[in-house]
Amino acid sequence: MNGEELRQANKRLALKLGAGAVVALAFGFALVPLYNVLCEATGLNGKTNAERARPAAVKVDKSRWVTVQFTGTVMPGLSWAFYPKVASMRVHPGEITRVSYYAKNPTNQTIVGQAVPSITPGQAAQHFVKLDCFCFKQQALEPGAEKEMGLTFIISPELSKEVGTVTLSYAFFPAVKGS
Amino acid sequence: MTTATVSTHDDHHDHGHPSGIKRWLFTTNHKDIGTMYMIFALIMFLVGGMMIMGVRAELFQPGMQLMKPEFFNQLIGVHALIMIFAALMPVATGMANWLIPMMIGAPDMALPRLNNWSFWLLPPAATLLVMPFILALFGVGTGAVATGWTLYAPLSVQGGMGVDFAIFSIHLLGISSILASINVVVTILNMRAPGMTMMKMPLFVWAWLITAFLLIATIPVLAGAVTMLLTDRHFDTHFFDAAGGGDPILFQHLFWFFGHPEVYILLLPIWGFMPHILSAFARKPIYGHKAQVYSFWAIGIMSVIVWAHHFFTVGMPIPALLYFMYSTMAISLPLAVLFFCWIATIWRGSMTFETPMLFALGFVILFGIGGLTGLVLADVAADAQYHHSYFVVAHFHYTLFAGGIMGAMAGVYFWLPKFTGHMYDEKLGKTHFWLTAISFNLTFIPQFFLGLAGMPRRIPDYALQFTEFNMISSLGAFALGLSQLLFVYIIIKCARGGEKASDRVWEGAKGLEFTLPSPPPYHSFTTQPVVK
Ligand code: HEM
Ligand SMILES: [Cu+2]
Repeated sequence: MNGEELRQANKRLALKLGAGAVVALAFGFALVPLYNVLCEATGLNGKTNAERARPAAVKVDKSRWVTVQFTGTVMPGLSWAFYPKVASMRVHPGEITRVSYYAKNPTNQTIVGQAVPSITPGQAAQHFVKLDCFCFKQQALEPGAEKEMGLTFIISPELSKEVGTVTLSYAFFPAVKGS
Repeated sequence: MTTATVSTHDDHHDHGHPSGIKRWLFTTNHKDIGTMYMIFALIMFLVGGMMIMGVRAELFQPGMQLMKPEFFNQLIGVHALIMIFAALMPVATGMANWLIPMMIGAPDMALPRLNNWSFWLLPPAATLLVMPFILALFGVGTGAVATGWTLYAPLSVQGGMGVDFAIFSIHLLGISSILASINVVVTILNMRAPGMTMMKMPLFVWAWLITAFLLIATIPVLAGAVTMLLTDRHFDTHFFDAAGGGDPILFQHLFWFFGHPEVYILLLPIWGFMPHILSAFARKPIYGHKAQVYSFWAIGIMSVIVWAHHFFTVGMPIPALLYFMYSTMAISLPLAVLFFCWIATIWRGSMTFETPMLFALGFVILFGIGGLTGLVLADVAADAQYHHSYFVVAHFHYTLFAGGIMGAMAGVYFWLPKFTGHMYDEKLGKTHFWLTAISFNLTFIPQFFLGLAGMPRRIPDYALQFTEFNMISSLGAFALGLSQLLFVYIIIKCARGGEKASDRVWEGAKGLEFTLPSPPPYHSFTTQPVVK
C-alpha cells in the first residue's frame, strides 16, 4: 500500500470507529426506555400501579398471612412531617385493607407535595394493588394544616409464597411542575 | 529522511522538527506524545496521592481533626477520578503510544494529528476537575464534586457546582480516550509490518486492541449518563428523579455498564505487559500466547454483562442476583487462565530479579489477592455484609494499585532504558519496589480487617474500636506516598543520563522494539521490517 492509499484506509476505518462510538452513545440513551419497559414488565424497581386499579372480585386467601410494613420519607425541600399511622400489619392476600399516613405542614406557606411509592422486594410490586391512594395526585397543605391521607390496597393472592413481608415506602417530594 | 514508504504524517516533520514549547504543543510524533502522556500521568498520580494523604491523615484518629466532612468527601471523589482517568489510563495510553508502533514495526501512529488532540484534551479536563477546589478558596462555590467517583443520583443531582465541573471534565476525558482508542485500533489493524499476522502480534498490542474496543463501546454510555445528570440538574428533565417519574437506580445501571468494563480497561494493558517482562527475566518463551489472547477476548466480552454486582444491595429480584453472581464469578475463569500462563512462563526459568521483574512478580501475587477478594464480594450473601465497607476499598486497591499502578511501574522500568537510552539506577529501583510493596500491604491489609469488622467506607469519622488498624493503615499510606518520590527521582535521573543501554537492554528481551537502537530514532521504522 502506498502512503496515500494507507492514509485513505486509515481515515475510513477511523470514521467507522467514530460511528461505532456514536452508536454506543445512542445505545446509552436507549437504555432508559429499555429499563423502564423492563421494570414495568417485571416490577424490577419496585414501582407500583400509578393509577387507581379497578377492584376485581378476588378470593381472600385465609390460609396465608403477609406482613406489610409502611415507611415514609420526606425528601429535601419539603418541610413536612410525614409518617404512617401504623408501622406494620398482617393481612391475608385478597383482603381489602385501608390504612393512613399522617402529614403536617408546620411552615407558614402552602406547600404542594407528591408522594412516590416503592415496594420491596421488587417482585411483590405487581401484586400490591392500590385501589385508592393519596399518591395518585398531588397533595396541598395550607400553613399549619395537618391531614390524614388514606391508602386502600389488596395484596393479590398471586404473590409468590416465598414473600412473607412486603415493605411499602413513600418518598414525599416537593411537587414538580409539569409532572 | 530515507524512503518513507509507509509514512503517513506530514513531511515537514521529517526534516528538523520544531524545538522548545512548540515541539510539545504541536507534536504529532508518537514518542513525544507518549512521553507527555506519561509525564502527565505521573504528575496527576502525585496530585491524587496528595489528596488521599489528607484523607488518611484525617482517619489517623477517630473524631474530626483536620477538615470538614464535605471537604473529606471531595478529596475522596476527586482522588478516585484522578487516579483512574488522569493517572492509570494516561500511563497506559502513553505506553501504547511509545510501544505499539515499535512493536508492530510501524513508523508512527496511524492518525498523528488526532493523537495530538487526544493528549491535549487531558490537561484542561484535569483542570476542570480540580478547579472547584481553587474557586472555593476564593469563596466561589462549595468545592469539588463530593459524591465519590460513582456520582450516584440523587446525591449528584443535588450537589453543588463541583458536580457540573466533574461532568464536563468527564466529557473531555471521554472524548480524549475515544480518540486515542480509534487511533490505536487503526494503527494495529492497518499499520502492521509485512508478516506480522494478528496472531503474531505481541500480547501488549493485543491487550490494547481489546481495551480500545471496550473504550469505544462503553465510554459513550458514561458520557450519556453524565449528560442526563446534567440535564436533570439544570434543564428540568427527570431521568434520575423519582419525583418526576425517573429512577435513581437507573443511574447505577448506566454508570456500572461503563464502570465494570472500565476496570478491565485499566488492567488489560497491564496484563499485556506481564508476559513480555516475565519471559524476559525467566529467559523462557511466553507460555500460552494464544490462550492469553483468547482470555483477553473472553474477559473483554464478559465484562459488559456483569455490571450489577456493584449494587447487589439495591433490592434486585433473586433471579437477577443469581445471574449477576454467576456471571461475575465466571470471569475469574479466563482470569485464572492468565495467571496460569504467567506462572507457567516463569516456571523453571533461569530467573533474575531486576526491578521490572520484582514489580511483575509483586503484581502477580498482589493482584491475585485482589481477584480472590473480588470473588468474595461477588457472592451475593457475603456482599450484603461487605458492600460499602472498607473490605471493598482494600479489594479494589489490590486490583488497582497493586494490579494497575505497580503493574504499570513494572512496564515503565522494563522499557524506560529503551525510551531514554540510559539504564535507571538498579539499586534505587529495587529499593523503590520494596518500599512500595511493604507500605502498600501495610496500608491495605488492615483495611480488609476493618471492613470485615464493619467499618463503612467514605466516612470521615469512625467508632473507637477501629482506631489501631486505621493508624497502621495511615502510617502505611504516608510511607507509600513518600516512596513514590523516589520513583520520580529515579525517572528524572534516568532521563538525564546514566549507564548506556544496549539495543536489547535485557538479556532475555524479545520483540521488534528491541531491534531498534536505544533510544529509538524519532520515527521508529521508516522502512518496515519483515516479520518471519
Ligand atoms: C475476579 C475478579 C473480580 C471480581 C469477582 C470482582 C468483584 C467485585 C464486586 C462484586 C464488587 C462490588 C463490591 C461492593 O461494592 O459491594 C467490586 C468492587 C470493585 N472492584 Fe472488583 N472484582 C474483580 C476484579 C476487579 C478488578 C480487576 C478491578 C480493577 C481493575 C476491580 C475494581 C473494582 C472497583 C474499583 C470496585 C469498587 C467500585 C466502587 O464501588 O467504588 N475489581 N468488585
Ligand atoms: Cu465490577
